[in-house]
Amino acid sequence: MSEMTQVSTPPAYGQAVDAAVAPAPMQDPRRSRSLWAGVVLTALGIVTVAIGVAGLRGANGWLQLAVVVAGLALTHVGAGRLLRHRFGAGFDLTSWLSAIWLVLLVLAALLAPVLPLGEHEDIASTLSAPVFARPDLLSEYPLGTNNFGLDLLARVLYGARASLVVALGAVAMGLVIGAALGIVSGFFRKTTDAVIGIFTNSLLAVPPLILLIALATVLEPSLRNLAFALSLLALPSIVRMARASTLTFVQREFVLAARAMGASRLRIMTRELLPNVMLPLLSYAMVMISVLIVAEASLSFLGLGIQPPDPSWGNMIAEGEGNAFEEHPHIVLVPGVVLFLTVFSLNLLGEKARKRFDPRQAKL
Amino acid sequence: MGRTLLKRVGELAAVLLIVSFGTFMLVSLLPNDPAVVILGEGREPAEYEAVREELGLNDPLPVRYLDWLGSAVTGDLGETVVPPVTDVLDRVAAALPVSVELAVLGMGMALLFSIPLAMWSAYRAGGRVDRVISAGAFGVLSVPSFLAGLLIIMVFANQLGWFPRAQWVRLSESIGDNLYHAFLPALVIALAETALFTRILRNDLITTLQEDFILAAKAKGMSARHIMFSDALRPSSFSMITLLGISLGRLIGSTVIVEYLFALPGMGSLVIGAANTGDFTMVQGAVLVIAVIYVLTNLLIDLSYGVLDPRIRRAHV
Repeated sequence: MSEMTQVSTPPAYGQAVDAAVAPAPMQDPRRSRSLWAGVVLTALGIVTVAIGVAGLRGANGWLQLAVVVAGLALTHVGAGRLLRHRFGAGFDLTSWLSAIWLVLLVLAALLAPVLPLGEHEDIASTLSAPVFARPDLLSEYPLGTNNFGLDLLARVLYGARASLVVALGAVAMGLVIGAALGIVSGFFRKTTDAVIGIFTNSLLAVPPLILLIALATVLEPSLRNLAFALSLLALPSIVRMARASTLTFVQREFVLAARAMGASRLRIMTRELLPNVMLPLLSYAMVMISVLIVAEASLSFLGLGIQPPDPSWGNMIAEGEGNAFEEHPHIVLVPGVVLFLTVFSLNLLGEKARKRFDPRQAKL
Repeated sequence: MGRTLLKRVGELAAVLLIVSFGTFMLVSLLPNDPAVVILGEGREPAEYEAVREELGLNDPLPVRYLDWLGSAVTGDLGETVVPPVTDVLDRVAAALPVSVELAVLGMGMALLFSIPLAMWSAYRAGGRVDRVISAGAFGVLSVPSFLAGLLIIMVFANQLGWFPRAQWVRLSESIGDNLYHAFLPALVIALAETALFTRILRNDLITTLQEDFILAAKAKGMSARHIMFSDALRPSSFSMITLLGISLGRLIGSTVIVEYLFALPGMGSLVIGAANTGDFTMVQGAVLVIAVIYVLTNLLIDLSYGVLDPRIRRAHV
């Protein structure tokens, strides 16, 4: 997080911080002290987590949760120090953890059918399973079970499949159609531009969630229809970005050179403009995915998206509405934390990618 | 200014036409026959035919659209399909004030929280307070509003019992009671907006604070509070006002979710309830009203830049 705040501050201030943080040769004793502090904090953190997971089995759930979270925080601070010591002050542990989380999540979602998981949707097969079992990493149900005795870990991973497929599909559709419309609009200008502009403005004229609810009223809630509805959400901003980049690139010398060599308009658009327009769009796609994951979860939470018993993060959280949440908080907390971590990771990495690849964002 | 306004209004008309056509087309997208939705299954074919005739479903599409648009413009949005059959416009008129109040309260709360937070953060940029506030804002932005709402309900309504859940007192009945019941919902709406406003305002404030006139104010010995509120705030607030317009869509979205969570009788509950029962005329009417309000508000915000920042006024002439 510290690097993020540095990036968004003006250069004058950033230099001052760099100068203050940069290790001077005289500071060796301080560095080794910081190393020892890192080792101690990390060890303390790991021990605390272990106590929380194993030592406090059966104790008050909130206490156990608090101990584990405190342990993780200690480990994060300690490991951050150690790694900065090893790789320099620019090392950003949070970003790395975000990337690792996303990779693990995608892998686990892909491999969910072959992983040794509990039952995720067939209620008939869990008649003998404990209902509302509390999360206990050392038991048969690491993240607990719901009111039908279905395994929450399995449901979270199958929910990840649904969320990721829908969001990725929607962004892919949005990118293909949006980039095409945006480039055409920025290249031809005039009437084409005006027509496409009015079309995108019309899509923007309905608030996103309302548009989704309206579409959900008339469409069957299948994964394909959800992806289609979400892609309509992603489309306008993609068209606008693609058009804006096209407008700047069209004036560049390489386009002039291509024109002079007699390249057709189609060739200029696909071979000269597309690759340049795509890079900032792709870095934006990460943030887009996180927005769409939230949109899908909201829709499923409202009962209009993915329908139970098929798991999705949104409808899993909806299971905890009413009294279930009060008596069995893990019903909401488990999918909630997974959703939060995923959205957080995508936002963090997306922001970094955007600052890096989209020159227009640099000014902000 | 006059010509820009004219052009904007022309675009606006085109956008509203397309949006109204889209909402109208919702019905044609319906997987099942509206007549079956209305009457239920197992009736005589002639009865279905009569309903179709009455709804005008047998006319060609353009005729149906013009009919529908004509009555919509005159304020007739039809009747609900699902019993109890009521006038759509009446239902909308009853629900709209609740949503508007929630949105306004939420936005007001967000401004109330974010301006001091951003100032505190920007005053010592890079300091401990700044890092905590920035990280906190980033974290809050990653919590979907329905999740935040559920957690807030659990803590403040269920565990602590400080605030009621699932009750609403109309503004006309009692202002105090109304605000008491609206507080938690508005807080949920305000959370994400606060985080966003804080981030944007902080960045702009940091840029403004490096300007010469701030240095001059400091040299004159002005207090930090005076510099922040009187000198730095206004020139730093333009991005935030732009953002007000952009956040409006999300604001409406979170209002919908909050109304659902707290079971408040606003537009959100209306739309979700209608969507769940397949009441397409209700969804149609509500979406149209929301879209019109949304587009008009955005126009107003666009026009307000000119009032706030004279440079924009000149640039357009």
